[in-house]
Amino acid sequence: MMIIASNVTKTFGKLKALDDVSVTCNKGHAIALIGPNGSGKTTLIKTILGMVVPDSGFITFDKHNILHDWKYRERIGYMPQIGRYPESMSIAQVLEMMRDIRNSPSPLDEELIEQFQLHEIENKKMRTLSGGTRQKVSASLAFLFNPDVLILDEPTAGLDPLAAEILKQKIIAEKEKGKLILITSHILSELDDLVSEIIYMQDGKLQFHKSLEQLQEDTGKVKIAQAIAQVMKKK
Amino acid sequence: MKTIIKYVMLDLLRNRIVLGYTFVLLIISFGVFNMDANTTKGVLSLMNIALIFVPLVSIIFSTIYVYNSSEFIELLVAQPLKRKTLWMSIYTGLAFSLSLAFLAGVGLPVLLYSFSVTGLMLIISGLFQTVIFAGIALLAAVKTRDKSKGIGVAVLLWFLFTLIYDAIVMLVLFQFSDYPMEKPMIALTMFNPVDLSRILMLLKLDISALMGYTGAVFLDFFGSTNGILFSIAALLLWTIAPVWASLKYFQKKDL
Repeated sequence: MMIIASNVTKTFGKLKALDDVSVTCNKGHAIALIGPNGSGKTTLIKTILGMVVPDSGFITFDKHNILHDWKYRERIGYMPQIGRYPESMSIAQVLEMMRDIRNSPSPLDEELIEQFQLHEIENKKMRTLSGGTRQKVSASLAFLFNPDVLILDEPTAGLDPLAAEILKQKIIAEKEKGKLILITSHILSELDDLVSEIIYMQDGKLQFHKSLEQLQEDTGKVKIAQAIAQVMKKK
Repeated sequence: MKTIIKYVMLDLLRNRIVLGYTFVLLIISFGVFNMDANTTKGVLSLMNIALIFVPLVSIIFSTIYVYNSSEFIELLVAQPLKRKTLWMSIYTGLAFSLSLAFLAGVGLPVLLYSFSVTGLMLIISGLFQTVIFAGIALLAAVKTRDKSKGIGVAVLLWFLFTLIYDAIVMLVLFQFSDYPMEKPMIALTMFNPVDLSRILMLLKLDISALMGYTGAVFLDFFGSTNGILFSIAALLLWTIAPVWASLKYFQKKDL
């Protein structure tokens, strides 16, 4: 199981959001996608999901080109940076709708729903939810269908420390099961015990893709935050 | 596809505008039929409702609905679904709900008071206007990112088809009055779904005074039956083309 992006380029008007990005993501790894704001991390994620269509280059999921394909998304759980949901639906209705649409035969993973205690507030409408509670719904949905690949865009942004810790433990547990996890975050310190590989992007270009050990060796720093700071200083 | 249509319909039911629209149509229809004993006159009045009011509601409501579903769309494109399924489900849900509203609001009273071929034509025309303008709305909404701009485009399109287009046709007609204009007129009519529906109705109503120039040309050119078949074919094309174009655009859109 792997995702390969080959020479993916995407421009929005004059802005080059992705500039000839090639990257290979293998199963069993938790990969951190790091870079300054507007470096193309979210665009890369969205091209993998087929939400953004690249101008050139292509992406394969398990050796199949994802262009015109949709079935591969059954195997992806996606947690967006800003979860947007139909405002007039309640939490329970959104969960029910997703179950209905996915119609997944495999058993559901409701661990996060229980740990976040979403059942207690399941009749609240989406428009009344705080940013953090929305994030909890997004996270629960991403893990609900037991997908092989988890794509998490700023997963802990807006979560309280307790919820962030629950989510972190969940991510580690899923990684142990051999899933592929792609995660972007600005809080580099929380990535330390999560990830095994680092992708660093800047101005839409892929700067490097290394294992954590390699990065630590190259920079002489143990913590990701310090290692990345060193890399950014050099540039 | 059925699952998504179900959620679109549920959402439309929850938002009361379609229900309100049904009641407004019902009140107008019963009002018109009760005012005058002559039901043909009633059908004529309702024709103007079906050709002006129905397209307006259909295009504005559908445009706003598509913009307001942006969250729903964003949520679902990341799911294992074809974009085509998603987009066609939204269209089907919209067109079906608005058609149902028209059938209940105008179709039912017409069947009760004036069950005739003319009445049937009125219902068919109204249904065509409903689904055609819902399709045009989808095209306008998918092409314009900004909501207020998109709604503006929708209003302008309605204005174009119900009012401006006829003015342009008249202008052309007077400018070229020295030439035989029958065939160009028929071609021009094809480009306006409202005109097509009007002709469809008037060919059956047989009120030549109201038919206008294009109607008369149509009757002369095709005869009644062929004219009807021809305009229905053109209306079917109008039903498919905008939706198809919007689908092509939506499949490549970045979300």
